[in-house]
Amino acid sequence: MTTFSDPPPTSGPPTQAFSIGMLINDTRYRGYTFQFIALCALIFFFGWMIWNAIQNLAALGQDIDFSFLGQPASYEIDQKLIPYTSTDTHMRAAFVGLLNTLLVAFLGCITATIFGVVAGVLRLSNNWLIAKIMSLYVEIFRNIPVLIWIVIVSSVMSQALPSPRDFRGETPEATMAFWDSVAFTNRGVYVPAPVWNNGSWVVVAVFILSIIGIFALRSYAKKLLFETGRLIPTGWPSVALFFIPSILAYYIMGKPIGLDYPSLGGFNFVGGMNLRGTLIALWFALALYTGAFIAENVRAGILAVSKGQTEAAAALGLRPNRIMSLIILPQALRVIIPPLISQYLNLTKNSSLAAAIGYMDLTGTLGGVTLNQTGRSFECVLLLMLFYLIISLSISAIMNVYNNAVKLKER
Amino acid sequence: MSDTQTNSSVAFVQTEQIPASPPPASEVGIINWLRSNLFYSIPSSVMTLLAIAFIYWLSSIILPWVFNGVWDASSIRDCRDQLQGATGGCFAVISERWPQLIFGNYPADEYWRAVLALIGLFVALAPVLFFNLPRKMLWFTGLFPFIAYWLIWGGSLWVSIFALVGVVAGFFVFRALSERSFFGAIVAGLFATLLFWIFLTPTLANALSAVIPLTLVSVESRFIGGFMINFILGTSGIALSLPLGIALALGRQSNLPIIKGICVVFIEFIRGVPLITLLFVASVMLAYFLPPGTTFDLVLRVIIMVTLFAAAYIAEAIRGGLAALSRGQYEAADSLGLDYWQSMRLIILPQALKISIPSIVNIAIGLFKDTTLVSIISMFDVLGMIQGPILSSTEWFGVYWELLAFAGLLFFVFCYGISQYSQWLERQLNTGHR
Repeated sequence: MTTFSDPPPTSGPPTQAFSIGMLINDTRYRGYTFQFIALCALIFFFGWMIWNAIQNLAALGQDIDFSFLGQPASYEIDQKLIPYTSTDTHMRAAFVGLLNTLLVAFLGCITATIFGVVAGVLRLSNNWLIAKIMSLYVEIFRNIPVLIWIVIVSSVMSQALPSPRDFRGETPEATMAFWDSVAFTNRGVYVPAPVWNNGSWVVVAVFILSIIGIFALRSYAKKLLFETGRLIPTGWPSVALFFIPSILAYYIMGKPIGLDYPSLGGFNFVGGMNLRGTLIALWFALALYTGAFIAENVRAGILAVSKGQTEAAAALGLRPNRIMSLIILPQALRVIIPPLISQYLNLTKNSSLAAAIGYMDLTGTLGGVTLNQTGRSFECVLLLMLFYLIISLSISAIMNVYNNAVKLKER
Repeated sequence: MSDTQTNSSVAFVQTEQIPASPPPASEVGIINWLRSNLFYSIPSSVMTLLAIAFIYWLSSIILPWVFNGVWDASSIRDCRDQLQGATGGCFAVISERWPQLIFGNYPADEYWRAVLALIGLFVALAPVLFFNLPRKMLWFTGLFPFIAYWLIWGGSLWVSIFALVGVVAGFFVFRALSERSFFGAIVAGLFATLLFWIFLTPTLANALSAVIPLTLVSVESRFIGGFMINFILGTSGIALSLPLGIALALGRQSNLPIIKGICVVFIEFIRGVPLITLLFVASVMLAYFLPPGTTFDLVLRVIIMVTLFAAAYIAEAIRGGLAALSRGQYEAADSLGLDYWQSMRLIILPQALKISIPSIVNIAIGLFKDTTLVSIISMFDVLGMIQGPILSSTEWFGVYWELLAFAGLLFFVFCYGISQYSQWLERQLNTGHR
């Protein structure tokens, strides 16, 4: 039997008395030293910057004060979603700007998705000409700065379109489009505005109920199919459900919803709804630009689904459109959604370029006129960053919930 | 069988092979191509016809505008007189104002310096972009930032020389300490360089330029503009943000909670705000955070902000590359007994960077395009030049399309070139395993 001259007292790693040198030489403790140094450096750096800022502000006789937000803004905003006059406060002006940012981001995201999906799918088309046109669109829009596109579209809106004056006279130089209902002018696009008369809420309610009905019908059909294997038609009943109840309600209530068409009056168009040229320019420039990026994501997503999936589905006897909707798209969607989220975020952040063409979004109000009028650059830029940070984080939070819902459920 | 073959006297047996007849006319050449690519089904034919109509409509607008264009005129009125009502572009604005679009308000006598810096940039980038060029060219790449600074901003060459000496000094400090700790050596080297720049470079440069003045005419930043400033901001932003981005990506993957926290907050903050707000910070706010009395060049402030912006995005791209590596690579590096920095430097980063090259190139293209945003904070880049001095001049008031098309074309050429390079590089680096 072998005898150990010095048997280890316990099992496990050797215990050693802690010494100061271990803070640098021992990998178990070195991390704490580094973190402590980094934290100290960070605190020192921020402290230094804040101290400088206090010194500088004191030298200029300024202070950090957000009370200017309660003072009257005394500037006009032409594009607004909530009532606003120049006697309202800077705070309300910033809020109008925030809503304008959200408006253009919302419209832009929807339009960009449509452009992107159409271009991405058509780029994979067997039709040579269509595929080439789509790749030309993608390359041109991806490789030219979005700011140049915004300025170009805005120049189209303000320079190439006729002025309201050109619509007058016996032989006008310009005519209204879409059966005299839409006027493209350099003062914006005039479209018919809906007029809500008494009883219109019934029509709207019926419409919403029929939409709910369509979803109920579809989920019932799916349940029936899974439980009994019986397939009931959903296509034409959905279409019927979409139109018939609403149209019936519309006529029963005596046509309560009308359209107010724009018409020439004085030097300008009256009636209807005026979509400002700046809004349209920003909306379409952002949608076209981001659409080109989304097209690439969509194309990559579709290509990522292996050909075996299509063939397997065909072998099961599915028809091509059902292969697309049941097999390819659900799988492609998982690849498409994460980059799509970041494209939506990019679009929202790029909407801040409104400043270049005078669309009064958050940057135009809070970071533009308010900043210049009050000279409170410090507070304005801080608030501006905070607003955009909140918007970005909310969008990514919402989209991440959706992403988790469609994500591949792994074991 | 052999009997019938040899016996050629049987009248009804063909003795030689019939030559292959040509395929039917509908299966070859252009007709077949049209049928199989453009008109293979009714929806496809409709789409083709619509596409042809669209192309016709677009070219009926663009082609006369391009080919009728006036290239030699003194003002927009002159253009209109020459056109006499016909459709045509007034490209004379480009042939007359191109120096302004390219160089901004840079003094005309000194254009050669900017051109020389641009040529130098291509020479310096060549060994970085193409691996089979002689490695010795990388020495020029290392020297180029100092030469370019001297060429573009002018002043005394000694400033650049001593800035370079500072970097060399920092490198020697790094070399001396790198045996003990890689990370510590990097920090010490950077510190040494910074201290040299702050305390020694100005005095030494002043002293020596008093003895041997190697000076070029000094050009202030506000004269630098046009496409040149887009180029300067884009290249310096991307070059500086790469190391910072790598550091941030490593920090975000680290298991030290405080370091990780700092990196996450920084990256998410930068990615959450638009670049234009960071440029506002550069133009109006950054001065507040510096010691009283410090004046800071606007171009330098913008470069700092653009670098921070790009670094956050590059960090995310590299994080993707790090995440794509298999766990086995980390474990293999650990089992070889490499410490953290050795394993990162020798095993992890070379593979992770290779994976993230496409996204890094996309970020570089994006950053280059985003440099147009400086026109909003009243810097005269190519777009700022167009919207400012040129369009508000009395001669060229109202010449939008030609100028915007020119700026768009400039960006398109470079961005498309970079993306084509990136695809080529991906094929080169595709060594078969990932």
